[in-house]
Amino acid sequence: MTSTVTEARLSASTESSLIRRWLKRVTTNYIVRRFVVAFIKVIIVVSLTFFLIRLMPTNPVDVYVQELVTTYGMSADEARNQAAALLAIDLDAPLSQQYIQYMEQLAQGNLGTSFRSKGTPVKDIIGRFLPWTLFSVGTSLLISFSFGMLLGMWAAYRRESVGDHAVTTLSSIFSSIPNYLVGIMIVVFLGVQWKLFPITQMRGSMSPGMEPGFTLAFIKDIFFHAALPIMTYVLTTIGGWTLAMKSSTISTLGEDYVTVAKARGLTERRIMTGYVGRNASLPLFTSLAISIGFIVGGSILIEFIFVYQGVGQLLLTSITSRDYPVMQGIFLIITIAVILANLLAEFLYSRLDPRVRVTGGR
Amino acid sequence: MAAFWHSFRITLRLISHNKVGFIGFLVVIFFVLMSFGGPLFIPLDRTTRVDQIYAPISLQHPLGTDFSGRDVWSHLVNGGREVMIVAFVAGAISTLIAISLGSLSALAGGRLDNAIMGLADIVLTIPTLPLLIVLAGLFHFNSILILALILGTLSWPSLSRAIRAQVLSLRERDFVEAARALDLGTGHIILREIIPNMASYLLVSLIFAMTAAVYAQVGLVFLGLVPLSGNNWGVMLQLAWTKGAIFYPKALPYIMAPVFAIALFQLALVFASRALEEIFNPRLRTGV
Repeated sequence: MTSTVTEARLSASTESSLIRRWLKRVTTNYIVRRFVVAFIKVIIVVSLTFFLIRLMPTNPVDVYVQELVTTYGMSADEARNQAAALLAIDLDAPLSQQYIQYMEQLAQGNLGTSFRSKGTPVKDIIGRFLPWTLFSVGTSLLISFSFGMLLGMWAAYRRESVGDHAVTTLSSIFSSIPNYLVGIMIVVFLGVQWKLFPITQMRGSMSPGMEPGFTLAFIKDIFFHAALPIMTYVLTTIGGWTLAMKSSTISTLGEDYVTVAKARGLTERRIMTGYVGRNASLPLFTSLAISIGFIVGGSILIEFIFVYQGVGQLLLTSITSRDYPVMQGIFLIITIAVILANLLAEFLYSRLDPRVRVTGGR
Repeated sequence: MAAFWHSFRITLRLISHNKVGFIGFLVVIFFVLMSFGGPLFIPLDRTTRVDQIYAPISLQHPLGTDFSGRDVWSHLVNGGREVMIVAFVAGAISTLIAISLGSLSALAGGRLDNAIMGLADIVLTIPTLPLLIVLAGLFHFNSILILALILGTLSWPSLSRAIRAQVLSLRERDFVEAARALDLGTGHIILREIIPNMASYLLVSLIFAMTAAVYAQVGLVFLGLVPLSGNNWGVMLQLAWTKGAIFYPKALPYIMAPVFAIALFQLALVFASRALEEIFNPRLRTGV
């Protein structure tokens, strides 16, 4: 009798200690902790932007009323009535109440509905604009990353040659000029002065009446419309990748294991791909992961210049019309993207480079 | 005096050693002189001349005229000052914040360190340009100094992280250990031992912060979100864009004037920073 009681007690205590140990393992686990921190960061940034956005002078109703008065010549009262009828906004509720309501919605995965296009979920609006930004900026990132790596390695191998000087100088020039100035130059010179591109036709993200799908015509069309933004992004970012790869390759070339590989009589090609290239590109992959986070934000300025319908353009119009839910939604996805990309960079680096591998727990 | 001239000559020789950097340095000086001295000789042209809209380049108008017949060259000369003041003040503010928070974080350690780096992380996460646009609505940016202040307070995090890392590694060096063993005090250690060893890095960072400030302020003005009255390169660019000057082939000098001025200024800053880096960091000097 007594023995069974103590046995039961024993098993219970081992069970609870097992759970406790398991819990401890989870809470001290490196990856879990990083994710919790990332989650807290998202909440802080979302809350900050929530209040900042609502602190902006002139609220959506004012903007709409002013628009009605100036474009349709309505009287102020008439416009105010129409605005009140059209815009489903309750801006009179206290800010704290609005905040709690927004966070509750967000917890259910609901981004709310747009003030401007009444009843349209913010998710749908962002879903319409986001793919274009992902496509144009993502393509440019791929191009400039891969070509930048090749160019950088090439320049490092031909150090102090004419080619190296040309590549290095051009890289520094293009990476120092603000990207919107390059965009303006492209519009002015390639579009208007030399008439190489029909820039007015290239505006927008696809031609009107084009059916999205896996057809050659559609793919050609979206590249036609994204060509100039992509050109601008590539021109202004490839230099950074080239310079980073060049300096990384140069420092790798001085490492002992490269000298040893040479002494062992390995072929130049084998050393370049297996020893130098692999190690030199390590730090670049971390930067690539971080850059992926900034794809979502795109570039407001570039999309503005080329009238490309991406997230940047959407953010700009939602800011000028003070469409709070849309602004908030865009800020949210940009923030999440940046934070996730940073996490990815951290994990990727520790996976790729065993020397900095993180030690979990303990 | 002789010693001064001697060190001056050495500095000059070092600057001119890196040719591209030297040219960048000269271009920066040219722009600064033009923007701060030029307005004394070339007043801002405000008269509308309907018969001279988009006049071609001539002796009278070295860069042609704009959409209401005003001289573009006078606008260019008078438009650099604000851009440079904002860039410098914003760069200085962000570098100062980065130095103080970064070194404080490294030396204090523990909870304060975590708090500061957490703050840096959050500021770094918020997308800068969208945030600036929101803030532009909030503060109206009537004065260029407010714009500079906000640009400066948003751009310190990445630099402060780097400074923290540098201080952490410098802290373990022998000369700092020696200073500590001599009981020279934290102030002395930071100001006399650690900061001088980061001088080149800080100067280069200041210049980079300045270029970032130029990028952001001109971008904001170009989008038409900062109602900056007055005249500067950003306003010129925005007016040229909204007046449709890009589609008017004769207006080429007008729209390209601010574009080239800003691009050249940025480029010159970057190249000059590289020359300065070599002066302060002997290990980088080529040919050694």
